[in-house]
Amino acid sequence: MRLEKREAPSAAMLWVAPLLAAAASVLLTGLLFAALRVNPLAALRLLYIDPLANANGVAELALKMTPLLLCALGIAIGGRANVWNIGAEGQFTMGAVAGGGIALVLGPGGGWYVLPLVLAGGIAGGMAWAAIPAALRVGANAHEILTTLMLNYVAQDILSWLVHGPWRDPQGFNFPQSKTFADAATLPTLWGTRLTPIFFVALLAAPCAWLLLQHTSAGYRLRVAGLAPAAARYAGFSASGTVWLSLLISGGLAGLAGIAEVSGPIGQLLPTVSPGYGYAAIIVAFLGRLEPFGIVVASALMALLYLGADGLQMHLQLPLSLTGTLQGMLLFLLLAADVLVANRIVWRRAP
Amino acid sequence: MTNLPRRTVLTGALASPVLLTRAARAATPLKIGFVYVAPIGDAGWTYQHELGRRALQAKLGDKVKTSYVENVSEGADAERVIRQMAADGNGLIFTTSFGFMNPTIKVAHAFPKTKFEHCTGYKRAVNVATYSARFYQGRFLAGLVAGHMSKSGVIGYVAAFPIPEVVQGINATLLGARKANPKATIKVVWTSSWFDPGKERAAADTLISQGADVLTHHTDSPAVVQAGEEKGVWTLGYDSDMSKYGPKTCLTATTMIWDQYYIKRAGMVLDGTWKSTDTWGGIGDGMIKMAPLNKAVPAAVAKELDIATRAIASGRFKPFFGPVLNQAGKVAIPAGQALTDKQILSMNWFAQGVEGKI
Repeated sequence: MRLEKREAPSAAMLWVAPLLAAAASVLLTGLLFAALRVNPLAALRLLYIDPLANANGVAELALKMTPLLLCALGIAIGGRANVWNIGAEGQFTMGAVAGGGIALVLGPGGGWYVLPLVLAGGIAGGMAWAAIPAALRVGANAHEILTTLMLNYVAQDILSWLVHGPWRDPQGFNFPQSKTFADAATLPTLWGTRLTPIFFVALLAAPCAWLLLQHTSAGYRLRVAGLAPAAARYAGFSASGTVWLSLLISGGLAGLAGIAEVSGPIGQLLPTVSPGYGYAAIIVAFLGRLEPFGIVVASALMALLYLGADGLQMHLQLPLSLTGTLQGMLLFLLLAADVLVANRIVWRRAP
Repeated sequence: MTNLPRRTVLTGALASPVLLTRAARAATPLKIGFVYVAPIGDAGWTYQHELGRRALQAKLGDKVKTSYVENVSEGADAERVIRQMAADGNGLIFTTSFGFMNPTIKVAHAFPKTKFEHCTGYKRAVNVATYSARFYQGRFLAGLVAGHMSKSGVIGYVAAFPIPEVVQGINATLLGARKANPKATIKVVWTSSWFDPGKERAAADTLISQGADVLTHHTDSPAVVQAGEEKGVWTLGYDSDMSKYGPKTCLTATTMIWDQYYIKRAGMVLDGTWKSTDTWGGIGDGMIKMAPLNKAVPAAVAKELDIATRAIASGRFKPFFGPVLNQAGKVAIPAGQALTDKQILSMNWFAQGVEGKI
């Protein structure tokens, strides 16, 4: 048995395959629940429907998908240019550090200008952190997969040092956390939920990313560099320009996600501000096939799985590891469907 | 049915829902939620809280219905989970990690009728109580055993974050060890994570190579105890009795027993006497217990430990008692004085003899 590339993958199947995969995963999940002697319908309902049963649930989903969406869009833009940013986690953290630092320095009070400064600081922090691997790639030919990954740990240590040291709340019994941000440095929330306007910025970022990739000459250069590096060189497209552009956009988006998290639902700097959004976003980017609109759907799906996991534990006493299994199964099936759309299985006897 | 006067039928129809709700209310169990920071596993900080939950469910039976959510990160997720638990009708919610403090306070404000209990924090409200245990008392006793058993006099300490709770444990271990061996020292390696078995293991190996012959940890996995068992180095467990991970080398462990506290507080919600309080229980209250001693510990040491345990339990002896110098050689606790609770709670200095930086 082997895989053979299809010459022209069916356009319809490209869209139907993920739906089939989702259906298969629901079926398998149901069987797994039945094997555990849990009512499959009740469990599936808790996993996929109950989290969205009310306005607050929908807002929580939107809140949870915001960082995933922002980070994944950046990763996808780089991915299309064959520049692999594994460092969204660190850029997210440095966005939180830079923006949060501005919030702490400005302190209480302050007017309308504080929040834009804080957000701009967050974006700049993420970009600056992504500029390091860009410079290393262009200047020293150090591969960005390694450098971006390693800088994640450095970013985490910087944040940890700051909240254990200079930025520690003096009223906080020496516990490692900053003061809570002033109101002027905190994002407004919408409709009595925890949702912040950054969600709509993230949603808007998706069509912007699509426009950039499909309808600008910069996007064209990125895509050519990814698809055919030799052709890009021949056409005189700057290879270093591609690296800089994709990493800076990627870093800026991740930095925005980071500052949106700390000046939004968290409200202060903690020793760790991301539960691994930067890494989860890599999965989201691939689930969305590196396409901006696919990524919107993929990030919503990932966020839903996170929320559903809470419900399964609260109401059915199912351990978290089970939800991990379900998430893995869904991702596996979606990617398997992708492989089968692009390739066909050929059965052949050994010669 | 057809013979009944219409009015009776109507009254019956109207009355029955009321009766039903009343009956249902009496039989409705108090829902109690637990929020855990790590996976439950089979030893460690979260596991001890889970044991408390199970004891509570077993003791109060039909009167309560408990549930939990594990591995909740200390960022934006915590508030969502706590809020969801409150919205689901839990009347009492235990949030069992320091990082859940601000989310707990925020949610408590939005759900004034729900009672909250936050472990290891310092912010309270009318419907938020706090509780913790005097872990340092157990640490002092474990240090005493370590001081007797160590040949090199060097104790290796794998610790997560330099917060007061951890710093207290390190200083208390040193003071305990110095009761047995005045030259004992402690080397500290930070892991910057409560739960990272790989890092904990690497830190343990480093400490062994630096000459430590007793290891202990302030992290949530049994990795350090396992490392000690493999390399034949004594260890002191933490959170849970970890002797099954180190049958030959784990000397004892400082364990936390939340069972009685959980049963008591749930009972108070049931009979309407619950109030926001601040509990900091120790050995005397049964919140801290030393795990059974390893066979390798000589009888004389066991006896000394027993005497010290009683002295601490009764309050006759306080582990943080002067004179104690800090790393710079200045007086941290004056001779003849004990630290106040407030001083212990905000401890941010290492005693002389601890090698490491906060």
